[in-house]
Amino acid sequence: MALQKSSNTFSIQEMIREKKNKKAKKLQIEKIVPFLLLLTAIVSVLTTIGIVFTLIAETFTFFTKVSITEFLTAQKWYPFSETNGAFGILPLISGTLKVSIIAAIVAIPIGLASAIFLSEYATDRTRRTIKPILEVLAGIPTIVYGFFALTFVTPILREVIPSLEIFNALSPGIVIGIMITPMIASLSEDAMSSVPNSMREGALALGATKFEVAIKVVLPAAISGIIASIVLAISRAIGETMIVAVAGGSTPNLNWDVTGSIQTMTAYIVQVSQGDAGYGTTIYYSIYAVGFTLFLFTLIMNLLAQFISRRFREEY
Amino acid sequence: MKLIDHAKVLKQMKSRKASNIFFKLLFMAATTFGLLVLGILLYRVITQGIGYLDFQFLQNLPSRKPEQAGVKTALIGTIWLMGVVAPVTLLLGVGTAIYLEEYARKNRFTRFIQVNISNLAGVPSIVFGLLGLTVFVRALALGTSILAAGFTMSLLVLPIIIVASQEAIKAVPKELREASFGMGATKWQTILNVVLPAAIPGILTGGILALSRAIGETAPLVVLGLPLFLAFLPKSVFDMFTVLPMQIYNWTGRPQEEFQGVAAAGIIVLLTMLIIMNSIAVYIRNKFQKRY
Repeated sequence: MALQKSSNTFSIQEMIREKKNKKAKKLQIEKIVPFLLLLTAIVSVLTTIGIVFTLIAETFTFFTKVSITEFLTAQKWYPFSETNGAFGILPLISGTLKVSIIAAIVAIPIGLASAIFLSEYATDRTRRTIKPILEVLAGIPTIVYGFFALTFVTPILREVIPSLEIFNALSPGIVIGIMITPMIASLSEDAMSSVPNSMREGALALGATKFEVAIKVVLPAAISGIIASIVLAISRAIGETMIVAVAGGSTPNLNWDVTGSIQTMTAYIVQVSQGDAGYGTTIYYSIYAVGFTLFLFTLIMNLLAQFISRRFREEY
Repeated sequence: MKLIDHAKVLKQMKSRKASNIFFKLLFMAATTFGLLVLGILLYRVITQGIGYLDFQFLQNLPSRKPEQAGVKTALIGTIWLMGVVAPVTLLLGVGTAIYLEEYARKNRFTRFIQVNISNLAGVPSIVFGLLGLTVFVRALALGTSILAAGFTMSLLVLPIIIVASQEAIKAVPKELREASFGMGATKWQTILNVVLPAAIPGILTGGILALSRAIGETAPLVVLGLPLFLAFLPKSVFDMFTVLPMQIYNWTGRPQEEFQGVAAAGIIVLLTMLIIMNSIAVYIRNKFQKRY
């Protein structure tokens, strides 16, 4: 107090005014900050709007040049031919499906088995060591998996199946399966770990073996989370780009042959982006139409996963 | 009267026990398979690439001759890209997380933002490339610059850092906030001085994971039209550039056998960067994680 009295530069009124000013400034900041933060939150909404709007607008331009019926029903995809080009998406979809189905066949059994092992059999210590390693497997850049598919898996497969071409659906399919296995294992393990222990103990007390507990009690109880994890993983496989671009080839074919060269939706977008398809050409717009189809596929899968995990969740 | 047929029970039990052990081994084998693949992958890459990896490899520009090829432009480009992605994602990601956790009311709009973020995380990366091509490269006329690629990558990894930051902010106990309010601090002062410092380890861990995702991605950058072969270094964020995954992709696609070795050497450099970043993330998580 003595200090304040001796300084003549501030009268009491001035000090009060000063204090009020500071408070007003503080209040102003308190009002501005939430608004600024809201703006940052809106960026993620704008991203979604941007994606949907971009894809729809450019796809619409594409459909002024190529009819929707041709796009959806034509059986050939020959975009680079000047005279008799054909834009039927079916061959690209079949390429994507072939790779995704192979990936699912590899990933679902291995992923589920790992999940059951980690959640039901493994000791706490084993789980704590193995789970991070599986997550490392999920964090490896996809271009590395592509390199692995082309230079390691394909040559081995060609020893076994001599008729296999250098670019084929089998090798990238298997490698994508390896890539999404940790995702299924990790998410399913989370679902199975959240099944309460009392249920396991009840079954064990009735004389069930650990295997019977896992298959007849834990698996049904966690089924919503498990199916959701599988759907999400397949959605990842559908959207996977670099592995198929490196090891899958660039021949869109509408058939179910997995030994020959294929082209997926994603690989087509990569092929066009690398070439010099000029801005404004039909080919340029075609990548948006293909991208939009891809986006719809993955969106439906993701919504399905969310629906399953909400609708069929068992609450304990 | 015998209620239980012991012989039958024993017989059944034998087969049930046998199948229990059989499936345990089967599940264990499946888990080992994942680890084995990781081992083979690393072993292959290292044995193929080690011969091409030396100090010169980091300093050389890309070349048509495998023995002279290097990653200098790609390595510098990756660092430039990190320089754009890190501040943009931190700002947007942490801002969004604070808004959702501290300010947003529990209404439909907030739920919509939340659902939107989780759906955004499931959009294939190549679709972000198409968005970037239209918005940043063409509409904003940034060209295939570091800035355009950086913005595209930031949007791609945004969900990762938002979710991680939300978890970190959620984990800060209520008592800390209430103590701060009790001392007369305003809401923003509390967030800035109490909540954020307590949440920073979690936020940083999420940020590093997001960044390591960004430097490993290839597909969106191919769509943006980044050059596969570039023999000069960028000088500003408006310059053309290339990154490690693009360079590896370029080498992988070449027919000569030697370039596969060069590609493997590039992969070693990329994986080393990722391992260092992930180790930092794990270190931060273990060292600074406070338990309340």
